[in-house]
Amino acid sequence: MSLQDFLQFVFAGITSGSVYALTALGFTLIYNATGIINFAQGEFVMLGGLAAVSLHSGGAPLALAAIGAVAVVTVVGLLFELLAIRPLLNASVLAQIIVTVGASLALRTAAMLIWGREAVALPAFTEGAPLSVFGATVVPQTVWVLGVTALIVIALQVFYRRTLLGKAVRACAVNPMAARLLGIPYGRVVLLTFGASAAVAAAGGVLITPISFMSYSSGALIGLKGFAAAILGGLGSPAGAVAGGLALGLLESLSVGLLPWSGASGYKDAIAFLILLLVLFARPQGLLGQVSAQKV
Amino acid sequence: MPRFGQGERAGSATGEAVKAGEVGPGGWERRGRGRAWSWARGNLAFLLFSLVALTVPLYLTNSYYLSILAFFAIRLMPTIGLNLLLGQAGQISLGHAAFIGLGAYGSALLTTRWGLDPWAAVFLAALLSALVAVLIGVPALRLKGHYLAMATLGFGEIVLILLVQLKGLTGGTDGVVSIPPLELGGWSLADPRLFHVVVWSAALIMLRMALNLPRTRTGRALIALHRTEIAASSLGIDVAFHKLQVFVVSAIFASIAGSFLAHYVMFISPEGFGVTLSVLLVAGAVIGGLATVWGAVWGAGLMVLLPEVLARYNEDYTLLVFGLLVIVVMIFLPEGLAGAPARLLGLRRTLPDTVARRSQGEPVEDRGSECRS
Amino acid sequence: MALVVVLGLLLFAGLGCGSDETTTDETTEDTAASTDTSVGESSDTSEAGDEVAAPTGEPIVFGAVVSATGPAAALGEQERDALEMLEGQLNDRGGLLGRPVEIVIEDDQSNPNEAVTATNKLIQQDGAVAIIGGTISPSTLAMKPITAREGIPQVTMSAANAITDEPPIEWMWRTPPKDALAVARALTHVSEELGVTRIAVLHDENAFGSSGLSEIEKSAADYGLEVVAKESYKTDETDLTAPLTKIRSSEPEALVVWGTNPGPAVAAKNMDQLGMDIPYVGSHGIANMTFIDLAGEAAEGVVFPAGKMLIPETITDPAQKEVVEGFIAAFEEATGQKPNTFAGHAFDSVGLLADAIERAGTTEPGDIQQALNETTGWAGPDGIFNYSETDHDGLEVDDLIMVRIEGGSWVLAE
Repeated sequence: MSLQDFLQFVFAGITSGSVYALTALGFTLIYNATGIINFAQGEFVMLGGLAAVSLHSGGAPLALAAIGAVAVVTVVGLLFELLAIRPLLNASVLAQIIVTVGASLALRTAAMLIWGREAVALPAFTEGAPLSVFGATVVPQTVWVLGVTALIVIALQVFYRRTLLGKAVRACAVNPMAARLLGIPYGRVVLLTFGASAAVAAAGGVLITPISFMSYSSGALIGLKGFAAAILGGLGSPAGAVAGGLALGLLESLSVGLLPWSGASGYKDAIAFLILLLVLFARPQGLLGQVSAQKV
Repeated sequence: MPRFGQGERAGSATGEAVKAGEVGPGGWERRGRGRAWSWARGNLAFLLFSLVALTVPLYLTNSYYLSILAFFAIRLMPTIGLNLLLGQAGQISLGHAAFIGLGAYGSALLTTRWGLDPWAAVFLAALLSALVAVLIGVPALRLKGHYLAMATLGFGEIVLILLVQLKGLTGGTDGVVSIPPLELGGWSLADPRLFHVVVWSAALIMLRMALNLPRTRTGRALIALHRTEIAASSLGIDVAFHKLQVFVVSAIFASIAGSFLAHYVMFISPEGFGVTLSVLLVAGAVIGGLATVWGAVWGAGLMVLLPEVLARYNEDYTLLVFGLLVIVVMIFLPEGLAGAPARLLGLRRTLPDTVARRSQGEPVEDRGSECRS
Repeated sequence: MALVVVLGLLLFAGLGCGSDETTTDETTEDTAASTDTSVGESSDTSEAGDEVAAPTGEPIVFGAVVSATGPAAALGEQERDALEMLEGQLNDRGGLLGRPVEIVIEDDQSNPNEAVTATNKLIQQDGAVAIIGGTISPSTLAMKPITAREGIPQVTMSAANAITDEPPIEWMWRTPPKDALAVARALTHVSEELGVTRIAVLHDENAFGSSGLSEIEKSAADYGLEVVAKESYKTDETDLTAPLTKIRSSEPEALVVWGTNPGPAVAAKNMDQLGMDIPYVGSHGIANMTFIDLAGEAAEGVVFPAGKMLIPETITDPAQKEVVEGFIAAFEEATGQKPNTFAGHAFDSVGLLADAIERAGTTEPGDIQQALNETTGWAGPDGIFNYSETDHDGLEVDDLIMVRIEGGSWVLAE
């Protein structure tokens, strides 16, 4: 394989991987505060993309459309928490997860009723030719996705480590009851988390729509891959989510590139999941997760 | 275990130990009587339910209704398995659609490619699924919570991809056509009424087995390990083995459901056996309720009948309403539909207490023990 | 049964109210309606003039299974709309055999199991004399054993070869060009117009894309073509540069992309990004404006096979031209949208059945079966149909055209 082709596979992996990483961040946020895997996470990504397209075609400049879409989806995320998660704060985690399954069905169908079934596109944030390294190319939009992902990770690290509220969120994650006893408003922390997670997802949706388009049904695959990325990275760590996302993207594209036979791309998800399984069996806490203390 | 608001639960778990210690002879008797009564009541319910289910074709000959009921029975089988896995063994699986797929494809390929008798195919496919379940279950069931969810989900995806990609064997996305119907004593079960009786008999046998489980050695071990895995294992209970047992049984149930599906519809293609079905199976089991095996009947019934009813009104809104109803059911009936009548009648305390608490427990996950950055 | 009668009466009452446009007809319809209600079902007095006699009696029921929701909804939605419109149209023209027509539409949610339930309902509950559908091949294949067992004619709107290649086909007819036909059209173009021999295939992993691939692999040699690379993707995949890079390294002279939106549009953009300038040959899955909207500049120069309805001016047969233009106008008036290929399948399904029933003179399944097999030269959006005892596809390669995208619009490619 030529260097150009190899680099191209790496860039392809980074392009898909950055999308998975951004989605995985949203999973991580909610999991951290509540222990819930939000099956509607991919739908928030989808909503972000579609809302931005609507605002943009309604005349808003791209930047305004992007911010507006994030704001709209954040409100949806807050409402989702208030209406569906809040009443179940004391129920089992399983019941909470099933609610997110219901929400994903409802949100997907609602999006179909609002936006129709056709995929839609958004112009790239910066026009211009693809960037070229040794003949391998990458579109500028991918740089945008990576940049925003990095910004969000840094912001989250600062938030968790340096702010009181961030420490409160971490306390809730470690032991919700103790946190409540210490006077931390658990309900508000959960609300905040869902809002933030929806905002991150929406930002992801806006950023990837110029690359891969968006339709009401796009959320399912993105959500699945984002979940896989979050697990691969070790649930709970923002840096792990990003590492997991990029690793998953690279796994997929390199398995297409390195397998010699024609038609290998059909197996790329199988290979990615197989390696994910092997990682889990060898290191049950994910790549960057910490060893869980066995409680006796 | 401690999650927010589960303080009283964590508390009650220790309280339970205290109570068990102070029960004494009188307590045992009280408990025994309650158990006998609930056992008799359970048997009566099962007999009545079986009677109704099996005699339906006598007064309902419309094959439209019969096909809905057939799909109900087919959905019920894996839901029972998941009810046991989630409710009794406390393990989650997001890959059970793969076992349905293995059963369906096993039946379809063994009969159409190798001319096997359909019943032999059902049996062999179930055997194959059991084997696969052992292979995946041994390493996967060591994982906790969401990691187990991911492992089973990944397994399901891999099976689905193989069904699509191994075209020479499976026919790829074209699927398998002309699958022969089941036969019984020379009668073809292409007749919807005969099929109804057979598919419901199979589902009822599974239901009976599941209802009996708590009174078996495995069932008691499961109850123990569900309360506290560490205590159970230190008492010499082979935790991994019992979990695996339930996992394999649930895989067999799912596989048989897949076989029935293949021989009933006579055509299968891979699309239907993906993550979506796996997730909906878990949703059905939880919505029905995990406290009792009857939850599976409620859950499968709701998942099959509700879209059918909703679609009568406006197909575009079906999934929207369905999704919202899932949310509403979980909010107002966290123990699931099976807990609803008792809840409404204020009879919750008459449920065996082991079972009532299990429903609120946290079968998927032991979060408190994990650290994160 | 009672339900059907009640529905029929309701429909009848609805017709009796008539439309506002034709005041003269309204009165005759009104009288026809009132005579009928007073005399009852046995009345045979509806010979009121030969132009528009209001249909009377028990309705003739067609049952339709479409994928109005779920992943295939983009296909099934317009089929549903077209069927609803056609029901009204048929009845405005006096129904069939003087009886009103009722098209009962069931949604299978793109799920073959649901299609089984729906078909049973349509036959048992609604008393359908013929079944239309399904939208997707898996549903059609799941419905096939039921209609074959019951002996009810089924006209499918889906394209998989197996539907009419695998027995039994006695009760199954097809309206869309089957996959083999679309592939034949595209490959003819590749070998004759592009004049190349080495092709690569990029296809969707779904039934549509996979079926395209296996048909291409089967017939490439007949056109002197060699498939040097084949890769696949999932419909909603983020980025296709990886499979395209792999394809590029095999140095094909043309790329055939078989799939439905948005995948083919992602592929077109990624080819631009990679600087791949070999010809892009699409499938009829991109015969819609969405592809052009998504791919933008990258769509320029893409060619694909399509039914003639996409560019009605290309229709040479005057009868077909009239039918198609009439259908497009009526559909636009009814729904405010341009009909797509799938709406065309619905039109042909209803039209072929109606034609067969008129010729048969009864609604007995065996008679409809025979009449369908005798269909010759029936023209509709999908082409000119000639069914026979052995040919239940009815179309030929010439019923398809090759289209090129130029300046954001479609032109004939040959």
